[in-house]
Amino acid sequence: MFAEGSVSIFMISLILYTASCQVANKVSLCSVDTNMDVSFTKGKSAILERPLSRPKTEVSLSAFAFLFSEMVQYCQNRVYSVSELQARLADMGQSVGASLLDVLVLREKNGKRETKVLNILLFIKVNVWKALFGKEADKLEQANDDDKTYYIIEKEPLVNAFISVPKENSTLNCAAFTAGIVEAILTHSGFPAKVTAHWHKGTTLMIKFDEAVIAREKQLDGR
Amino acid sequence: YVRPQGGAQDFKKWGNSELFTLTYGALVTQLCKDYENDEEVNKQLDKMGYNIGVRLIEDFLARSSVGRCHDFRETADVIAKVAFKMYLGITPSVTNWSPAGDEFSLILESNPLVDFVELPDNHSTLIYSNLLCGVLRGALEMVQMAVDVRFAQDTLRGDNVTEIRMKFIKRIEENLPAGDE
Repeated sequence: MFAEGSVSIFMISLILYTASCQVANKVSLCSVDTNMDVSFTKGKSAILERPLSRPKTEVSLSAFAFLFSEMVQYCQNRVYSVSELQARLADMGQSVGASLLDVLVLREKNGKRETKVLNILLFIKVNVWKALFGKEADKLEQANDDDKTYYIIEKEPLVNAFISVPKENSTLNCAAFTAGIVEAILTHSGFPAKVTAHWHKGTTLMIKFDEAVIAREKQLDGR
Repeated sequence: YVRPQGGAQDFKKWGNSELFTLTYGALVTQLCKDYENDEEVNKQLDKMGYNIGVRLIEDFLARSSVGRCHDFRETADVIAKVAFKMYLGITPSVTNWSPAGDEFSLILESNPLVDFVELPDNHSTLIYSNLLCGVLRGALEMVQMAVDVRFAQDTLRGDNVTEIRMKFIKRIEENLPAGDE
């Protein structure tokens, strides 16, 4: 009963989402402002007129490395523990993931959103990874003993390439930032999950889906 | 900080500005949460930029094999045509020289830091890209040049172009550590 309710709500939100994309598109194409929501028309933003194609400028990897390491240091100066530091990095990752999701769905999936767990995970492994890091993630695995848990494994993640972890903080994994990105993308796609970064086979991002996600998935499979 | 392994090739391979732009956005958003007003955020961005600049100069000299600059005009050209191109993939134009030749402007046609960025009304005094000023100041200080760097115009704030104004202040004399003669 509960699961069925949540599925239909999910479907409705999908429809609403596509509808809102179309509205946004129309606004940007012809700038009509009659009867439109105020937020769409406010300040005739030039950003709405811009195409969503990949940016042409090529920022160097070094530039990113410098920025990221400075970010880590900034966070480090404001926390008392490794877990707090990772939480802060994950927070910033969430804001990246949330901004990235819509643009990728529109650009690479033509506005179509995934409804199945495996598809959304593949979307992350392939599309999201290519957009962020220029390559697919190394591996995607499911836990043997738990249908809620999946792993994205990256032998040498880009964000860790320039960070040497001090011995006294050996559990620190700055891929917590990437975990935040993945968590935001899953959650905003309607697959609420917790994602954490661990030192295992390089770096492993552990994805634990909410019970409701798996229950919904089983119901979809049953049809 | 460990230099990326594989050197120049890895450096070029990535060629993607989206992660960089979004990450910078996340950082500025975080600073706006952590500090009470825009001035404090501007200051913090400048400080972080300075820290980056201090370390970036070594990376820059190693990769670019640019030699010593003979005057401020040459420095301006190297910053615009080599450094900006190398790290941000853009080449600003160098203009508006002061008669004394100690002050010039970098005009940025595009700025990867502000792709798809809009400033909300309650952050009208935020200098969003202020990190760049800090980077330039920090990097030049490491080659014994004290400069003043600030944003004169910014497209984010409604100006037609983005203009960074740089003023040469003085040559920093190398101080030998005390007792080391």
